[in-house]
Amino acid sequence: MPEDPPIAIAVSHLVKTFGGVAAVNDISFSVPRGEIVGFLGPNGAGKSTTMRILTGFLAATSGYVEVCGFPVATRPEEIKRCVGYMPENNPLPEDMRVSEYLYFRGRLKEISRRKLGPRIDEVLEVCDLKRVRHKIIGQLSKGYRQRVGIAEAILSEPPVIIMDEPTIGLDPHQILIVRDLIASLRGRMTVIISSHILPEIEMTCDKVLIINQGRVVAQGTPAALRQELLGKSAYTIEFAGDGAQLEAFIAGLAPAVRLSLLTEPDASGFRSAELTAEGESDWGEQLLADCLAHGLRVRALGRAHPTLEDVFLAATRRSWDAVLPPPPGDRLSA
Amino acid sequence: MKHFLTILSHEIRMLLVSPSTYLAAALFLALMGYEFTRILETYSEAPQEVSPASGFFYLFWLPVLFMVPLLTMKCLAEERRSGTIETLLTTPVTTTEVVLGKYGAAYLLYVGLWGLTGGFFWILRKFAGGNQLIDPGPLEGGYLFIAVSGLLFVAIGVFASSLARSQAVAGILGFTMLFALIFGSASLADAGWLRTDALHPIRTAVEYGQVFQHYEDFTRGVVDLRQLLFYFSGTTLALIFSILSVEARMLHH
Repeated sequence: MPEDPPIAIAVSHLVKTFGGVAAVNDISFSVPRGEIVGFLGPNGAGKSTTMRILTGFLAATSGYVEVCGFPVATRPEEIKRCVGYMPENNPLPEDMRVSEYLYFRGRLKEISRRKLGPRIDEVLEVCDLKRVRHKIIGQLSKGYRQRVGIAEAILSEPPVIIMDEPTIGLDPHQILIVRDLIASLRGRMTVIISSHILPEIEMTCDKVLIINQGRVVAQGTPAALRQELLGKSAYTIEFAGDGAQLEAFIAGLAPAVRLSLLTEPDASGFRSAELTAEGESDWGEQLLADCLAHGLRVRALGRAHPTLEDVFLAATRRSWDAVLPPPPGDRLSA
Repeated sequence: MKHFLTILSHEIRMLLVSPSTYLAAALFLALMGYEFTRILETYSEAPQEVSPASGFFYLFWLPVLFMVPLLTMKCLAEERRSGTIETLLTTPVTTTEVVLGKYGAAYLLYVGLWGLTGGFFWILRKFAGGNQLIDPGPLEGGYLFIAVSGLLFVAIGVFASSLARSQAVAGILGFTMLFALIFGSASLADAGWLRTDALHPIRTAVEYGQVFQHYEDFTRGVVDLRQLLFYFSGTTLALIFSILSVEARMLHH
């Protein structure tokens, strides 16, 4: 193992085509050590393909991929030793017991017999699998199976863990457990997870990569992405008083702030107004002060946070726009 | 080859805990026991030219055609169908170790099942009250033939399993390939159109691969190095093709 490179995964200009169709089209990104990165994208975006290439299971058509300082294409043995991988749909042998399976996998991952027993106990504890350790995997519920897959991925304490949709098909409670489990790996291991469940990525990941049609359409921290792609914030005010007055002072506040919605007074005489503000600056305090100065009674003022969902939709829409319409003549040459 | 033993012992373990193994073994022994009894019945009616052992091993093709595809069809096809091949090959094991480990387990089971038929001869010896019915030459030659030819037959089964995603397809494919090897070469050798001089090299090759001829030589006590070479090289080739097939599927996944 090299002396801990600060970049755990480096991907540059990765391309993978299947029979002339590009599944991954010129993706570049890098992941610092100890970070949790989420791959986000609609079905068929190229998430799984990218992950398979990172593990060395698939060969790339072109481009360069480095994991833990080893190039994937030429040093498959080292890559296999430093990556823990849980594929899509988490395939497990149906006819083995949980502890047997982990023992077999541990031996394949070159953990010595002496260390393997305590290590299996440890991962069973971490993944809350102690109760089912002697059960046959085929008889386990989906949540347990998923956790067996995660236990297997972290078994040999690899520096890089790649999990393809680790929470798919789980109930909210199980998602919470899996999310905590992944979060507990932060700092110790570099983790890449893929998902199309947005809040989950937002809560667990330090960095998000939005992939669509084989391209990275956006990357950064969830907060930075919101800023970059939406570039605006929204406020809601509930107040009682003259609506025209509000409109007037907002028009004079700044050109960046606009009133987008104003409702009629409800039974108690309160209206709610929605405002959008371009740029990063926070207008909350100013708005509150102005309302009070104009004699409006304010019941609530809130800044609405755009969710990652909005970011995701904005990013994928942007990439669709970039892809459509096709350049003329492209169809002929293909 | 660090992981070969891990995979081999795991595969053997999985075979030993699986009820289908015992079912297959019981059916195999029932079938072979039935044939053995029939052979003994013909012996009790009239004296025969050959010993019971060579008559018994002459039926080697029956378990080969049915048992070998059944034993091997699961090994790689099932891994691919369930997707566990992906987790298996992303651990520090090579495709070669995986294929050899699975092949080794299937071969040991095949030889083990045949080994159990040794009990028939033991019973015969015990109840016939002596060795007059048992000719050690054909017996040893027969078992040697089973062990050596089994190398190739099981390798062909593993190769068939590496080609398909479904177990049933792998089984049918294995059956067809084994049938072609055992009976196809025999019927080709009789074909008139092969007798022309231009096709002489092909004819030589076909004669070289006569499995029934090999069987006869082995039970007569003739162990020909060319025949051993035929099985060893065929086995190596089938296993190399299996490894390539698994890796090619990864490339074009």
